[in-house]
Amino acid sequence: GSAALATAATAQEANLVINDEIEIVTRAPAPEHMEYMSEVVSGWEYRSPETQALQMDDFENPGMIGVDNARADFETAMGPDDQSCASCHESPEALEGVRAVYPKWDEAKGEVQTLEMQVNECVTERAGAEPWDYTGDRMTEMVALISSVSRGMPVNVAIDGPAQETWEQGKEIYYTRYGQLELACANCHEDNYDNMIRADHLSQGQINGFPTYRLKNGALNAVHDRFKGCVRDTRAETFAPGSPEFVALELYVASRGNGLSVEGPSVRN
Amino acid sequence: MSRQITLAVALALIGVAAQAEVAPQEVAYGEYGAIETSLTGSPGDPKAGAEVMADRGLGNCVACHAVGALKEVPFHGEIGPPLDGAADRWTEADLRGIVANAKMTFPETIMPAFYKTEGFIRPGDGFTGKAGTEPLDPLLTAQQIEDVVAYLMTLREE
Ligand code: HEC
Ligand code: HEC
Ligand code: HEC
Repeated sequence: GSAALATAATAQEANLVINDEIEIVTRAPAPEHMEYMSEVVSGWEYRSPETQALQMDDFENPGMIGVDNARADFETAMGPDDQSCASCHESPEALEGVRAVYPKWDEAKGEVQTLEMQVNECVTERAGAEPWDYTGDRMTEMVALISSVSRGMPVNVAIDGPAQETWEQGKEIYYTRYGQLELACANCHEDNYDNMIRADHLSQGQINGFPTYRLKNGALNAVHDRFKGCVRDTRAETFAPGSPEFVALELYVASRGNGLSVEGPSVRN
Repeated sequence: MSRQITLAVALALIGVAAQAEVAPQEVAYGEYGAIETSLTGSPGDPKAGAEVMADRGLGNCVACHAVGALKEVPFHGEIGPPLDGAADRWTEADLRGIVANAKMTFPETIMPAFYKTEGFIRPGDGFTGKAGTEPLDPLLTAQQIEDVVAYLMTLREE
């Protein structure tokens, strides 16, 4: 009965197709490290049909305004030698595929780097300019641009090798019950996804759609800002955006979405 | 100055007369998590309890539980079981224990402890995201717990 229906639903064609062109995988078999779950699901699936529709067409997706800003910024000269991103990376399209594998181990630095850290490395060490604010508009728009050119590609972050220790740390954070409400990410996004918590329809808290354009604050939202909001809502002391804890958490949460498509910038409520 | 002291003494005396409230650290939980005696020594007010259950800034119990008798309150959650008939399933002492610290009755439950002030990981200062200092204020006062318990005792189906 319903089990057969569920399988049929899983096997069906992509529901989310952007610009009648980019097919987005919003349901995928859970990655191997999540043997206790059968399926991972994009946050898009839990939004209202109206919100979902906004993401199907780049002219309707308000997050694409940020992408356009970043496209212009890609050519903006910075630092003492007037370098722009385009001086070294021919075009944003040259960075296709990058979003899908970040956060990623950086051999030279000996640490896991998020896309934001990588961009700031280029801004400061290569162009010699001042670092951009980690969750500022300029950074979030650039990350949205870099995501947009990878839309439809499967998220595929590495969790073994030198990244494993950071991944383990992120996993521990994911299951720690913080704050006066003593709630872990897993309590809401693993044990209760698809349930209503007051007026909110809980998703799996996936990050394949980041940056997300949220109708609630009318802006592109960075991953670490969302983490911060969720930790704050447990009446806990949050971690700072860009902190080692949130970098580790991002790697772990990203790995829970391995197999889903890169979707950013997505639209959420 | 002296007026303030007189007032403080007078308030303290009233407190003693009305039986001292049981502080969060002093609550005696039974083997299965029940609290036998009232936290305030006086009966709760079910009407006030219903308000605490619905108020986002207080109990916000309906965030997780549906309550048929509170159907005028919008958006009931699905995280916990519906509370209809709670008083048929539990005694007053059980319910007091569940509301004060549900983890004494249901180990590991997702339900927050409403009368607990310390022993948290990275406790915050309310919803500011900043660090808080333990002991925190409990999520509900002793009186609010008693009010909620009084309300739950009205939820009968049999
Ligand atoms: C002066 C040269 C230079 C400038 C300017 C520069 N980059 Fe880079 N960028 C590099 C080099 C070199 C690498 C490392 C090569 C690699 O890993 O493929 C790199 C790597 C990256 C990567 C990671 C690619 C990967 O495959 O992991 C991203 C993303 C990136 N840059 C974005 C930007 C953006 C956005 C800007 C402008 C804000 C920028 N870069 C400016 C030289 C530059
Ligand atoms: C008390 C419940 C609760 C807890 C605990 C919680 N979240 Fe959330 N989270 C929500 C709600 C509600 C939303 C908005 C609806 C949705 O997308 O699930 C949300 C949204 C998100 C999103 C956005 C998903 C999208 O597709 O846009 C991410 C990512 C996320 N949470 C990650 C986390 C992480 C990581 C943690 C732990 C540090 C966490 N959450 C803890 C309730 C919670
Ligand atoms: C974050 C979610 C959450 C919140 C908020 C919450 N509860 Fe619960 N509650 C639960 C869950 C889940 C259970 C089931 C016990 C378990 O975990 O096995 C439960 C169990 C109960 C029970 C016993 C259920 C039964 O059999 O009738 C009562 C009574 C109860 N809660 C009352 C309350 C009251 C009153 C409040 C607010 C002051 C409240 N809850 C707030 C999640 C919640």
